Amino acid sequence: MDRTQLLLMLSIALFSLGLVGVMIRRNALVMLMCMELMLNGVVLSLVTFAERTATLSGAVLVFLVFVVAAAEIAIAIPIVLLLSRQRRTLDVGAWSELKG
Amino acid sequence: MNLETLLLYFFAAAALGGGVLMLIARHPMRVALALISSMLSLAGIYAILGVHVIAVFQVLIYVGAVMVFMVYVIMLLDVRDPSFLERYGRAVVPSIAIAAALALVLGATVSRGRMITAADVAQLQPGTVAASFDVQPFSAEFLERYWLHFELTSVLLLAAVVAAIAVVKAGRRHDG
Repeated sequence: MDRTQLLLMLSIALFSLGLVGVMIRRNALVMLMCMELMLNGVVLSLVTFAERTATLSGAVLVFLVFVVAAAEIAIAIPIVLLLSRQRRTLDVGAWSELKG
Repeated sequence: MNLETLLLYFFAAAALGGGVLMLIARHPMRVALALISSMLSLAGIYAILGVHVIAVFQVLIYVGAVMVFMVYVIMLLDVRDPSFLERYGRAVVPSIAIAAALALVLGATVSRGRMITAADVAQLQPGTVAASFDVQPFSAEFLERYWLHFELTSVLLLAAVVAAIAVVKAGRRHDG
């Protein structure tokens, strides 16, 4: 298998594993981490294409994505902290009344 | 098969193994450690690809900042709640089926795809093709062409800090 193809397959596999994790796990923090895994899979495909086409803009974009991911975590974790302080649990089932 | 390819397969397997462990592990701390090992393997892959800047940022930002923050919160909130006793929700089989179908479709598309050739790269706009991904060309490109985006990230980070403080303040008012 070609190197690019192998890395794209790995990126697909990581994205799918993260998707499964977000859908089946019950712990809010674990769901957040599975979302990080999905983002890592996507970034892997971005880096693969940037390397393959030798575009530096791709590397710059990856850096900007990292910054946005850090900001996202900095907002998401205080929200999880607040939720867990209200119900004394990290189980997302405790907030099932949030569904429409 | 040379050493580089062997290392690539090793890191790919390690990243995949970390992802699988994240689904199986019960304690959030073990999930975090599996995710960290997966991210470090990805950093190894980036280093093999020659994109050293990204490999360094992967370790610095993801493992060094994001995951340390995550581990800190996990230690802060060590609650033995229902999500610890029962790892999975109700829709396990449909969820795995959906994700497997998605992976199959994407994987079939990738395996049928055409290789990117030098002609394809040449069709891109001239001036974007880089000789290497070393620190010096990366920094020059970043701070000469994308300086506005660099400055905008500082605005974004400031907004994130303000938002985090606002969220914590809102929760305090709610409590009491």
